[in-house]
Formats: sequence, structure tokens, C-alpha cells
Amino acid sequence: MKKIVSADEAVSGIRDGASIMLGGFMCCGQPFGLVDAILRKGVKNLTLIVNDTGSPGLGVAKLVEQRRVAHVITSHIGLNPEAGKQMNAGTMKVELVPQGTLAERIRSAGAGLGAVVTPTGLGTEVEKGKQKILIDGREYLVELPLRAEFAFVTADIADKYGNGFVAKSRKNFNIVMAMAAQETILEADKLVETGELDPDRINLPGVFVHTIVEAGK
Amino acid sequence: MTPPLADPKAARRQRVAQRIARELPENGLANLGIGLPTLVADYLPSGKNILLHSENGFTGLGGAAQPGAEDCGIVNAGGRPVTIMPGGCFFDSAMSFAIIRGGHLDVTVLGALEVDEEGNIANYAIPGKFVPGMGGAMDLVVGAKKVIIAMEHTSKNGEPKILKRCTLPLTARREADLIVTELAVIRVTPSGLALEEVAEDSSVEEVIQATGARLAIPSNVGRF
Repeated sequence: MKKIVSADEAVSGIRDGASIMLGGFMCCGQPFGLVDAILRKGVKNLTLIVNDTGSPGLGVAKLVEQRRVAHVITSHIGLNPEAGKQMNAGTMKVELVPQGTLAERIRSAGAGLGAVVTPTGLGTEVEKGKQKILIDGREYLVELPLRAEFAFVTADIADKYGNGFVAKSRKNFNIVMAMAAQETILEADKLVETGELDPDRINLPGVFVHTIVEAGK
Repeated sequence: MTPPLADPKAARRQRVAQRIARELPENGLANLGIGLPTLVADYLPSGKNILLHSENGFTGLGGAAQPGAEDCGIVNAGGRPVTIMPGGCFFDSAMSFAIIRGGHLDVTVLGALEVDEEGNIANYAIPGKFVPGMGGAMDLVVGAKKVIIAMEHTSKNGEPKILKRCTLPLTARREADLIVTELAVIRVTPSGLALEEVAEDSSVEEVIQATGARLAIPSNVGRF
């Protein structure tokens, strides 16, 4: 059995300056309840690892708009004008990572790998300061694992062990991020008793989950 | 053939999309970028079997969801509600980019700010002005078997976007295969850019004028 608490209790241990991975792609499959809880808690100077900074007024964009983010590691900020403004003003550091590299850096952290080697980013600004290696005559960039203190992820349905099923295109970064944090908080739209889910339908193994929040509770 | 649109900008985009639709291979898997590339889906010949890949996590990308029938779990890479077609399936981001990077994607169509004689592409940043980020573009152009650039031939100010060397930060080195604009179809070859086709209402001279790179002009330039 895992800790099953309210969203506010789940984020109570998060301090200023914490690093948080946040699932979701353009806010699809984003754990909005946990985002709102962190806004209520008032923490700031966060390092956020998230696919994109969303579009105004929703999920991750609210954290940026309310200036809670000091550093964002992301693949895209183009649909959130406030993120661009804060980057240009120098008030928020933006570290752009190619989306596939972002997914694999996170996955490798959770999978016990020392690095990912990828051809993506060669010959671009992404390769700056990074080691390159030749394998079978082809050049690759060495990309390092990416971890965080907390991961906020979502599932459509979960059991009390934390096993979750994330449906449709809500999966996106939720599964890899669950693997890569010291504490993974799962926000489930619906929570059922352990044993009620078909083990074959679970795509977010409960072994990665430390704390469970039922959405809206 | 769809009738041309009255709005000149829309008509230019339509022509590019129509021409690129012919490049997508039967039974292939293709990824269409947001914006102009998305229009390509509207011009796929009926009966042609193409599966579209959506980088946020599925194959079988269909058209926009009907108003009232939107499903917040099915969105495209721009976050808009869409549909999934029979034969498609959902997966997470690591799998999505394994498909992209692993050589399983036949074609990617994406826009560009600049492309050059070597096939270098710049499409994610104008430093100090507009830095949206690369999203999945760097992985897409490195991983796809064929990279098609869909764009207007010149910038809003009439400046060439096809150059000798890109000046903006690169998305990738030497990855573009084909450039399709409202004026021309240009192939990137190991020895530079080759003009393959010119639009019906344009001319080889106009294309040369609007291009900032050397173009090899064959004796039999096609029309589209």
C-alpha cells in the first residue's frame, strides 16, 4: 500500500528550489490537481522538467505565469508567450532539449543507464560542451541521464498499489517520468482497490509510485 | 484536383501541400509538422494508404475532432483535439521517438526558416527574437528516411530562405532531401541543389531570382 493523500498533503514536503518533472504534452495528460496544489503552497524558484510550457492559463503555463519557475528544461516554449518573455528578460533560464533526447535522458535515469548516445543534435547548438563518440563509424552525442526530486504524473485509473493505466495520447512523458524521480506522485482520475485492474492493462507499474492522489479529492 | 483558393497566401500553401501529397509512399508512415505541413493530409489521393504519426504518441492521426466530439486524450502535437484512424495505436514519448529515430518513419514534412545548399536546416530559433524550441524536429529530421521541407520560397520581406549557408541556428546538418515551395521543387543532392520542377505560373528565371543559392538547372525542368 502506498501513501494515499490529498494533493495538498502530497506536495507538503516540496520546498523552494525543488526540481520537479511534470508529465503532459500541451497539457494533455498533465496532473492539473498537483500543479494547482503547488501553486497554493506558494513554492518558487522551481526547476521544471516538462515537454513544453503549454499554452496560456492552463497547467504548467500557470506556474510560469505566476513566476514560480527559475529554470525549465523543455523541448518547446513557442505556444506560451510568457515563457519567451521571461527567457528574453533573463528571469527564467530555458534549457532546450530535443524531445526524443528529453524522453531518453529521463528514461535512462530511471533505467539505471549511464548515458544515452544519440545522433540527434549533432552539428547544432545542442552538441555544445558534450562528448561525442564514434560507434561503427557513425558519430553520436553522449547525453546524460536526467533526474528530479519529484515527478508529477497522471493516470486515468490506478489501484492503491500505484499501478496505473494511462489512456490514449495522455501517456506521453508520464511513464518515463514516473521512473526517474526520488518521489513520484501519481494523480489518478479514478482510484480502485488493488487487484481490480487487469495486470495486462497496466502501463505505469506501481513500483515507480510513492504517493497517490485521487483527482478532485 | 481541388480548385485553387482565392486568397493568394492560402493558394500558395495549397499548392505546396498538394505537391507534397504525391511524395508520400503507399503504405508508408509519415509525420507532418504543425502548420503548412499539416495541410498535406487534406490532399492525399483517395485510396492511398498512408499512416500518419503524431509525435506526442500515436500512429493513425486523423482529422480535427468534430465540435462536441472532442476527446481531451486525443490531441495532435499542437495540442488540438483530433481523431485516430483504424490501424492506429497509442504509445508513450520514448516509444514515439524510438519510431522516429529508429528508422521506422518513412517521411517527415516540416517547415523551415532557412535551408541551404548542403541540406542544412534551420527551423527552431531566431536568437533574441523568436525561440520556440525544437520540439521533436531535431529527432524527426535525423531519424526519418526522407526529409521534405514545406515552406514559402521567400520570407515575408521577400528575402530568400534557400541560401548558400544557413545563418540561423541549425536544426540538423545535411538532412534535407527535398524542398517544396509555391514556386519550385528542389532536390538536395551531394553536389548541391537541383531544380526539378517549376510551378505552372512561375518560371525558371523567377525561381533563380528568389533563391539565394546556386541551382543546377536541368534541360527538362518539370511543371507542377
